[in-house]
Amino acid sequence: MRKIKGGYLGLAVFFCVFAALPFVLGEYHINIILMMLIWMIVAVSYRLLATTGEISLGHVVTMGIGGYTSALLARHLGFSFWVTAPLGGLVAAVFAAATAYPLFRMKGFYFVLGSFALGEAVRLSWKRWIVPFGGDRGLLYIPSPSLGSFTFDTILPYYFLTLGIAAACLAVMYLIDQSRIGKALVAIHSQDLLCESLGINVLGYKTLAYITASFFAGIAGALMAHYMGMVSPSQFSLTFMLYVVVWVIVGGLNTFWGPIVGVIILYLIQEVLRIHLIEYMPLFYGIVLIAVVFALPGGLESLPRRIADWRRARKQTGLLNIR
Amino acid sequence: MELALQAAVNGGLLGVFFALMAIGFTLIFGVMGVANLAHGELYMIGAYVVWLTYTQGIMPFPLAVIVGVAVVIGIGLAIERGLFRPMRGNPMMGLIASIGMIFILQVFVATTWHVGLMKHIPPYIRGSLEVFGASASLQRLMVIPVAASLLGGLWFFLRRVRQGRALRAVAQDPEVASLQGVSIDRTALIAMAIAAGLAGTAGGLMAPIMRVDPYMGHSAIITALMVTIVGGMGNIEGALLASFIYGFLISFVTTYVDGLMATIAGVLLMFVVLVVRPRGLLGRA
Repeated sequence: MRKIKGGYLGLAVFFCVFAALPFVLGEYHINIILMMLIWMIVAVSYRLLATTGEISLGHVVTMGIGGYTSALLARHLGFSFWVTAPLGGLVAAVFAAATAYPLFRMKGFYFVLGSFALGEAVRLSWKRWIVPFGGDRGLLYIPSPSLGSFTFDTILPYYFLTLGIAAACLAVMYLIDQSRIGKALVAIHSQDLLCESLGINVLGYKTLAYITASFFAGIAGALMAHYMGMVSPSQFSLTFMLYVVVWVIVGGLNTFWGPIVGVIILYLIQEVLRIHLIEYMPLFYGIVLIAVVFALPGGLESLPRRIADWRRARKQTGLLNIR
Repeated sequence: MELALQAAVNGGLLGVFFALMAIGFTLIFGVMGVANLAHGELYMIGAYVVWLTYTQGIMPFPLAVIVGVAVVIGIGLAIERGLFRPMRGNPMMGLIASIGMIFILQVFVATTWHVGLMKHIPPYIRGSLEVFGASASLQRLMVIPVAASLLGGLWFFLRRVRQGRALRAVAQDPEVASLQGVSIDRTALIAMAIAAGLAGTAGGLMAPIMRVDPYMGHSAIITALMVTIVGGMGNIEGALLASFIYGFLISFVTTYVDGLMATIAGVLLMFVVLVVRPRGLLGRA
């Protein structure tokens, strides 16, 4: 029980920090932490599915489904953001529910490719059918959310809107992670046949994780669409998908905090690089990814524990450490 | 009718190109169990070396292609030695490491020779061949004899040469093969050299026809993946068959509908095969 309480404290501290940041930062930097929050929802939801051991390459497209849904509803039917964003998440979740069965017939490497194929088919459809998706240019002039006479069209209100939604999403996902469902997902990763024999419905849990992850990705997509005022197929391309994979793997998959750490650290470094060395950014990602895969398979989050292990080991063996 | 004939000719040529890419990719998967997603970047580097040497007038086209192949084989061997060998037995991490390699090679090429420049490479052989109203430029047709002799050589190597048979043995069961005295490390290097060589050849030969840029590997690896899946991972005959299925599919859909629809059809075909026959068309269940 105490561990769970600590987790909530961590979440609270995390949001206090993010709520305080805009008061010390300029507009440019608020824009960066706003995007960071959106990607955090995506990365944490990605982990939900990745804990079952399946690496999806379609998650960013699912995010795009939310973005496109919300944009189309807001632009053509004039629905308000408060309706279109949840509907964006819902449509992404329905898409997941509809594709779960064929996708989960695959495992491991085949799942990676299958999820990529499915996502790419959807993404190319946005390019292909100019009505209603707008082709390569995508959809422009997506209205800003409004509440009564107040519109969230400047950066500060939109930042707090994003923070609120991100807080809600992360809290719900934290709850899922701590619940029996989260434990079952981890168990499926390590021993899926054993789980099956213990009466855990492996396919059911995987499907549930996929649908939930897609729902939150859809919400993040809607947030991004209304913030940028546009959605286009190139925003949801394989490159961005690979970035999410790098964030999550570098941060670590074992706990809820891994993807958050990964997004914060890599996004900050990326923004520093963007100013001076934008063309070297993928190089940096490539090197970091390979370095983590080789030297730190548990990701950055495993670093404190590793250091502790190492110090304990050194203390025990002392100078007699011949190896 | 003329249109259909032209589509068929284009489809066949595409099929040969896909075969060069996919057979190497599937060979690596078969022998080392790792999907080398940086395979498309090897092809891209082959094209770049030809642009660097042939277009600048340093050497004639055939020599430029050979130098390109040599460079690509060198890079391939380095990837196998440095990246895939330590990752052996952990295919998922090998796959992720190869994603890192994609980024590194792309940035290396993009920053060394810049993206913005249009890389125009004049065709080595001019003119075209016309049969019943369908035409194909000689530069494109040249791919056929080269690919046929390379793939024929590969077939001979795998069936008749001792080391080639050892390679197939490792693909079937690495443990048993190593018990028979086959060196897995050496076999993996040979497989990598063959695969990189084929990708480099494809890149070098296609350089005058394709748009040469640092990201050209993306579309190449996506088609190679689709072909490999439909043929069955690690299955060379399957990859050959699937190459031509994809060549004709993409050529005909592009001719009668449009290019995007062709890619969508290709991706969907791969998805259906993954769901219905995950081992591929020719794969054993």
